[in-house]
Order: sequence, then C-alpha cells, then structure tokens
Amino acid sequence: MNRQNLHIQNARLIDPASGLDSRLDLFVGDGRIAAIGQPPAGFAADRRIDAAGLIVCPGLVDLSTRLGGIEPELGAAVSGGVTSLACPPDSKPPLDEPGLVERLVRRSETLGLARVYPIGALTHGLAGQRLAEMNGLARAGCIGFSQANQPIDTQLLLRAMQYAATFGYAVRLRPQDQFLAGDGVAHDGEVASRLGLTGVPVSAETVATATALLLASETGVRLHLSRLSSAAGVALVREAKRSGMQVTCDISIHHLHLSEIDIGYFDSNARFDPPLRAASDRDALRAAAQEGLAALCSDHTPVDADGKQLPFAEALPGATGLELLLPLTLLWAEQASLPLAEALARVTCDPAAILGIDAGSLAIGSPADVCVFDPTEPWRVSAESLRSQGKNTPYLGYEMSGRVRMTLVGGGIVFEA
Amino acid sequence: MHNPQLNAHGELTHLLSIEGLPRDVLMQILDTASSFIEVSDRDVKKVPLLRGKSVFNVFFENSTRTRTTFEIAAKRLSADVINLDVTRSSTAKGETLLDTVDNLIAMHADMFVVRHAASGAPHLIADHLRRVGRNDVHVVNAGDGRHAHPTQGLLDMYTIRHYKQDFANLVVAVVGDILHSRVARSDINALTTLGAAEVRAVGPQTLLPTAIERMGVRVYHDLREGLRDCDVVIMLRLQNERMNGALLPSAREYFRCYGLTPAMLALARPDAIVMHPGPMNRGVEIDSDVADGPQAVILPQVTFGIAVRMAVMGIVAGN
Repeated sequence: MNRQNLHIQNARLIDPASGLDSRLDLFVGDGRIAAIGQPPAGFAADRRIDAAGLIVCPGLVDLSTRLGGIEPELGAAVSGGVTSLACPPDSKPPLDEPGLVERLVRRSETLGLARVYPIGALTHGLAGQRLAEMNGLARAGCIGFSQANQPIDTQLLLRAMQYAATFGYAVRLRPQDQFLAGDGVAHDGEVASRLGLTGVPVSAETVATATALLLASETGVRLHLSRLSSAAGVALVREAKRSGMQVTCDISIHHLHLSEIDIGYFDSNARFDPPLRAASDRDALRAAAQEGLAALCSDHTPVDADGKQLPFAEALPGATGLELLLPLTLLWAEQASLPLAEALARVTCDPAAILGIDAGSLAIGSPADVCVFDPTEPWRVSAESLRSQGKNTPYLGYEMSGRVRMTLVGGGIVFEA
Repeated sequence: MHNPQLNAHGELTHLLSIEGLPRDVLMQILDTASSFIEVSDRDVKKVPLLRGKSVFNVFFENSTRTRTTFEIAAKRLSADVINLDVTRSSTAKGETLLDTVDNLIAMHADMFVVRHAASGAPHLIADHLRRVGRNDVHVVNAGDGRHAHPTQGLLDMYTIRHYKQDFANLVVAVVGDILHSRVARSDINALTTLGAAEVRAVGPQTLLPTAIERMGVRVYHDLREGLRDCDVVIMLRLQNERMNGALLPSAREYFRCYGLTPAMLALARPDAIVMHPGPMNRGVEIDSDVADGPQAVILPQVTFGIAVRMAVMGIVAGN
C-alpha cells in the first residue's frame, strides 16, 4: 500500500463519530489520520488534493456483503466508498473452516482494497446440526458468528449462544422462523395476495426475534440482529434496549426505501430475503434508523442474470448494494431532512461499533480509511455503471446523487475517479 | 406504472391478468365473444380471423381441459395450433423458461398460450418479448400459479351476463379455497371492475389470503351468511392436497361446513345461478344434487369458454 502524506484541501469534513461537520483540511500520514485543520509539525505533503465542493467522511463500513468474486466485489466496494465490510458465512463453501477464513483474509489483504471481516458459521456447514469450531474460526480472523439465512433449532441456538458467550464472541442472527416463513417469497400482505405469491408473515420475524432476545438475555451473549424488515421487529428490539439489554440491529438500505408495492408486476429484482414489507413497515424502519436504533447495511448480494430472469418465486433473492449504499443513504438523509453527519453515522461509526473494529471515524490516529464524494453529482444506475458483477437491483435505470471521487484505505488511494 | 398488457394505444396486446384492465376492454371481449357464439352452432365452425397464424399452447403444467378449449378456439379461428407439453420435454432437460420461449419464437410463433405453476410466468414472457422487440408476438395466460386465470374469469363474466344481463345489482359469492385459486382472483378482479354490487369471499381463515378485503370483497367465514340473498354462487375446487393437511382437518369436515347442498343454496335468491370452474369434487365442495340441479350453469360455462377464448385470441392478435 502506498503511504504518501496527503493533504486534502477545501473539503467539507464530516466525522459522524464526533459530530464534526465543517470546512477543514485533512492530513493523512503513515496510513493514519494525522491532523485536522492545521498540519502536524513538520508535515510535508506528497500530494495535495483539492476537494472543493466535495465531502470527506470516514470510509463506509458495511455489515453485510456477499462477495461472490472477491476481486470485482472489493473493487465495487471501494468505488462505492466502502472501506470495511463484514462477509456473512453463507459463501460457497460456507465459512466453517479456519483454513477458508485464513484464505479469504489473506486474499483480501493481498488485494489491498477494502478490509474484509469474515463472520464465521455458527454451525458446521450452516446445517444447524452441530456447532462450528468457533474458537478456531476466531483465531483465523472471524469477528462474529452467524447462521446467515439458514434455520437453526432453538436448542442448538441456545447452545451456540452459550458457547459463543463463553469466549465473548458476538452472535449475529437474521431472525426468521423457518416454519412460519415456509416457502414464502414475498411479504404476507396485500401485494402477495393479489399476485398469488406465497407470503412470509411478519410473525416469522417477530417470533424469531423474541426467541433470540430471550435466549441472548439468558446466556448473556452479545447479539446483533441482521436485516430487520418489520415495524413489529424493530419494536421488539427497541423494547429490549429500553429494558437495558445490550443488543444491536441493522436494516438493509433497500428495506429503508422500498416496500412490497415495488414488486410491481413480479419484478424479480424486488425479491428479497427477508421480503420487502408494507409501506408502514418501511416507515417504521426509517424511524428506527433515524433514532439510531438500527445501523444500515448494503446486504450486497450479487446474482447473475440467470438467477433473476425467472418467475418471481423461482428467482434468487437479493440485490447488488455496495455502490448504492452511499447514494441511498444520502437520499434518505434528504427525504428525512436529516443532518448528513447523522445519516452517515448509520453507515460509518455505528456499524464499526457493532463489529468492534477500529474504523468509521476520522479521529486523529485512526486508520486513514476515507471516502471523498461529490454529494450532488448525478449518475444513472446501469449494468455498465456498476462495477460489481451483480447487476441485479430494483434501481436499474434510476438516477442517483452522490458519486465517490476517491477512496483511501490505510492512507493508500485505492480508488480514484 | 406501465401496464404490460396494453400497447401504446391502450389496446390489449397480451392477456396476462384481469387486474389493471379497464372496463371497456372487458366489455369488448364479452361482446366479441357473443358474436362468436353462433360460429359454434354452424355446420362449418370456422372463421378465418387467424388464418396463417401459429398459436403455441405451451403448458408447463398439465391441464387437458383448458388446453383443449384453447385448441378448439384457435382452430375455429383457423389458426395452426401446436401443442407443447413442456412438463415432459425441455424443462426436464434443464432448459429455462425463456430459452424455451426463444426457441419457439425462432419457429415463428405468433401467439403463446401459457400455463405455468409459478405466479407471474406469463408476465416474464411478455416482458421478455418487449425487451427483444417482438411486439408482434402475443401472450395469453392460461393460468399461472395462484395468480390469474383471466380467460376463466372472463368466461365466468360471460356466463353471469348471459343469465343476469347486468352486473350493477348483483351479489356474488366466491366460495372455498380462495388462497390457492387463480380463478378466484380473476373473478374478483373482473367483478369489481364490472361494477358488481357486492362480491363476497367465503371460506375458513386458512383458505383466505391475507388482506383479501383490499381486493374489494367482503369476507364471510360462515357459508350461510355468505350465501344469503346471493344472485351468483361461484364454487371453487378444493385440491386434493389441501384436504388432509394443515389447512383443513378433512374433506368430510369441509363439506359439512362449506359444501354447497340444496339446503344451503336455498338461502341464496331463488333465481341464483351456481358456477364452478371444474373439475368438480362432488361431495367435497358441491353436492351432486346442486351440481346436476336446475340452478347449475356449469356446462354452459364450458361452452361459453370457447367463444370467450376465441374473442381473446382474436383481439390480441389484431392489436
């Protein structure tokens, strides 16, 4: 990684962790944030970057990125301003062997693009039959454990939480009761009924959320709930936090903006797992994000055209998200009249705190993972404009505001446009 | 939102669903069907409307009856009809739905009549045709998953209009497994579009879709209440696999609670008609005394179905 001394001038500097939002220069040296405002003594810039009209903020931290092809997706990450990302274990093969995790970590370090934080499988093969070697996986680099979207019975879940709590590991769950979800493909509501699609009821999420909260409070494990989709789901988490429980959660950026209505006439790009829910759920998710109850994630899931050009129920769920995380966060900030520092916290310092990593902040001395973007530059979402191999998004053809101009990871310029 | 069934002039180019079609398009189909009724009574049961056109019946799900009525309808319009039972050929070899469609386009298909087990499959095909610029190829949905069976909905409307003339003052009860029924969805959409006074959905909670009332129906769980003073009773087939599972305890109990018997039918108006999309399960959803009784119009439905399918194919092919 090239570690030049950088002087970023004339930028609007936003550091959500400290609430800073003002016109200040940023100095990067030795891979870290060296100073803000005035250069440190003896600082000699190797390169001056004029960022007039641009915003400089910490690199985005994504709580859920499915990589598929590692190199193109990490390239997509940094072109979207994402500098740290957590990978769920449901890759092929699943992250249930320390060797696989080591290889992933080494591969991503060699590429020197975004930092990769693997989430290990909670159970062997994610099959929900026996516990994975959590200790070995943690030594290999896993920063938490998850069952991804795979079911697990409550007894094994209790054991997994007990075991994880023994070592202080975090457990991440996407709460969904497999029996209530059945073979559902869309929110069990008006649109699914009209289109004749099998529904996933909200109770699939609330029952599993309540179960996870009860077992987590019994075991004392650090619990993170991934991709909540319903008003009732976030209400349960709010309640638990109010009663003093240490629990965190996130919402996918797509669920923050879209609802079941966006399925339109069977648009398979609007097939998500969990499904897009009612507009009232979407509004409740926005409120939860606004109050800081939930962080935001891209839930980046590249799916090739063959996986989407199928009848809705047969199509693979998920959307490409790394390059839309920033623009959709900016869109939300604008629609909700939120200060940018507040909105950007949900994709920088908040997820960093959830992952327990040193990222998402411009504090002096922290790693210089930085995103420089033009908040107003428009661009059209298309197969050509997306760097990810996944071109699957309900936003194809839409115009977005907010274009990343430069991304630093550890002080090195990993993306420049 | 762009309506995938209509062309730039607002004319019907595919028939995918009743939902989203304006009243005058539905009336046009019913009126055109009326004019085709007499064709079937002639010695020479043919009109040259689709002469030289190739209609492909592409059935990804078995249905001899529906396929046969489409075949008869297309032949009476003088089309060349090719029947493909795709359940047994291409998809078994791993070909995707759109690969199959592309192959048939290459064989110069002018129209696809599609039956598929997945809701939305005909929409996917219509969307694909638009993307490859084949606006001259038409899709008629012959039943997709639980979503729609629009020609059945239209022939039901034809039947109702035949016996009741006008929709304005009608109370119509749709009874049974609405959750899994594409016929029910098409009937409900057609009846609300055509302005029926009241549409009722009658069945146990396990067989009614969530938020069904948002489709403009009134929900009844009690068959007696649901049938009271009805003008039209549409009974739905209860699939065998629903009878002894988690949705219903048994066929016997279903018949006891929701079976249409003469005593139950007596609660409806004396001139009420009884319809059924077939095939019937006698003694499960309908008593033989009703099915064969004077109020049943189940066989006329089948006859009207051919004229309605002729009308639909004739109209989409002309647009």
